[in-house]
Amino acid sequence: MNKFTLHTGVAAPMDRANIDTDMIIPKQFLKSIKRSGFGKNLFDELRYLDEGQPDQECTGRPLNEDFVLNQSRYQGASVLFARENFGCGSSREHAPWALEDFGIRSVIAPSFAEIFYNNCFKNGLLPIVLSEEQVDQLFTEVQANEGYELTVNLEEQVVVTPSGERIAFEIDDFRKHCLLNGLDDIGLTLQHADDIRAYEAKRQAEAPWLFGAIK
Amino acid sequence: MAGQTLYDKLFDAHLVRTNDDGSSLIYIDRQVLHEVTSPQAFEGLRIAGRQPWRIDANIATPDHNVPTTERSGGVEQIVDPVSKIQVKTLDDNCDEFGILEFKMNDQRQGIVHVMAPEQGAILPGVTAVCGDSHTATLGALGALAHGVGTSEVEHVLATQCLITKKMKNMLVRVDGELGLGVTPKDVVLHVIGVIGTAGGTGYAIEFGGDVFRNMSMEGRMTVCNMAIEAGARVGLVSVDQITVDYVEGRSFAPQGAQWELAVEAWKDLVSDADAEFDETVVINGADIDPQVTWGTSPEMVVSVNDQVPNPANETDQVKIDGINRALEYMGLNADQKITDIKLDRVFIGSCTNSRIEDLRDAAKVVEGRKVADNIIQALVVPGSGLVKEQAEKEGLDKIFVEAGLEWREPGCSMCLAMNPDKLGNGEHCASTSNRNFEGRQGFGGRTHLVSPAMAAAAAVSGNFVDVRELIK
Ligand code: SF4
Repeated sequence: MNKFTLHTGVAAPMDRANIDTDMIIPKQFLKSIKRSGFGKNLFDELRYLDEGQPDQECTGRPLNEDFVLNQSRYQGASVLFARENFGCGSSREHAPWALEDFGIRSVIAPSFAEIFYNNCFKNGLLPIVLSEEQVDQLFTEVQANEGYELTVNLEEQVVVTPSGERIAFEIDDFRKHCLLNGLDDIGLTLQHADDIRAYEAKRQAEAPWLFGAIK
Repeated sequence: MAGQTLYDKLFDAHLVRTNDDGSSLIYIDRQVLHEVTSPQAFEGLRIAGRQPWRIDANIATPDHNVPTTERSGGVEQIVDPVSKIQVKTLDDNCDEFGILEFKMNDQRQGIVHVMAPEQGAILPGVTAVCGDSHTATLGALGALAHGVGTSEVEHVLATQCLITKKMKNMLVRVDGELGLGVTPKDVVLHVIGVIGTAGGTGYAIEFGGDVFRNMSMEGRMTVCNMAIEAGARVGLVSVDQITVDYVEGRSFAPQGAQWELAVEAWKDLVSDADAEFDETVVINGADIDPQVTWGTSPEMVVSVNDQVPNPANETDQVKIDGINRALEYMGLNADQKITDIKLDRVFIGSCTNSRIEDLRDAAKVVEGRKVADNIIQALVVPGSGLVKEQAEKEGLDKIFVEAGLEWREPGCSMCLAMNPDKLGNGEHCASTSNRNFEGRQGFGGRTHLVSPAMAAAAAVSGNFVDVRELIK
């Protein structure tokens, strides 16, 4: 999993409440055998004017010029501002996979759907909860200033606006630790790699027939 | 101190460490991979830049999506594009990482849970996982075998370990002897009928008692296979001479001096006489008749000579609603005799019942008889290329074909209808598989779970009959 420590990037405002996982990645794209490559279909129905098909080349498709991520001033956005209950709907991990694959590193909203919130952490994506007023303020600032960049500092638990204002946010210690160190379940287990190797050596001594037999 | 159960011993022997949150990290000796639940796991490894921890712990084969009709054209011949891409992806991933895979037209290809023990890839005393709930099958060898999800497939690939919590112990003891024509499938269906589909939740079930002691390895696999249908992720049978004889000489089994060592080590793979189980269920083998499921859950099962239950005889509202819903979906009437259920298709196959003994049982019943006129299709799908080869050596294929059944290539086939073998809407099927859920074998399909002998008897009769009448 990607580490998350300090990130600075272009912010984009998704001015809509209750963005659900079907909007984030419509169901026809879930048949894929991959967990990467969903980025081109992120927000597919909002982003393109035609109906998207699985396995379709997306570069030539007609874009909805009004959609925020299609506007030239928000190109390369990696921080998303959103409204309440972002990520509601199904438990599909495809939603954070799509955001991450598109290049989004952090989503800031007044509230998130719980499963989506959890899934983000498994995929190196940082969801940040701020108050309604703080989120309002960020929306106003980003809309008023082209090229608005935000810095997210996980270590210090603050977001820093271009004017230098620091806005603090809350995060569970364990999750913070995992993100800072890029640890998922696998990463955590691999912290015990020495234990695993020691066990394996003992196992090989006791049951040598289990090693090297399948090839 | 009380003795240990087999499950306790297997768990303790694989414990790498206990985590701070109370979960345990256990070492996994073997992982079996197939095309449906592995692609995102491999992809995850690639994205994270990780390598599999131990290549020689893995073995793979495609099974869920492979066509079971003529398929000499290989992967390219698979019509459904999603199926094709899944099979291809497994091939590519195994090639890239150097994992041994029996590809589609390899003689050793087959359903994961048939192929793995057949090859000796699963041995007594190992821990094994596979991204499929019927991995419980492998517990028949005295192995601790779990079904796991895709993220766990990736976790085991990357770390050779599984994060898990210790289960409770349940003993299902079936004493005495089985009657003529009563098979391991009938035993496990009966057990599920007794303890219910959630009865084993949170437990590892050990199957003990004379009936299992006298049962062949293949029969024990049929029983453990359906432990998950009783809610238990793990089914187990203690190791004995029958286990050892089964394993000897298989491709990946130990040889020579190592064989002697292994057999010695396996002697301890039994529950101690004074082991304490959290739950014990005792059944008399002589009480078990050939079984037929009438509803949409494996616990909705009765003897072939019984009738479909009547909700009016129940007092529990949840149960009444369940029966009514199932009757409607299955198109059956309360109190209807099981032998009056007319069938449209017959499926002999799946990881529950596609091994050689299953096919012999079925062939014995159809030999010299013909498939009934009302049966649209009767499929026989061997569990692996090697089972198919053996059956053909014994001439079983000819018996089936002469009787009017179709003889197919190995795979999961109509067990879950991910390939073109499916039930039509409303059709009744006598099936040797393990799940009779709504739509499992095709949209609107009506599945009745039975033994291979009972499925064969149904094929030649057109409706359910007590197979004992045909083999007297
Ligand atoms: S035969 Fe059926 S139950 Fe067994 S692995 Fe295949 S699909 Fe699953």
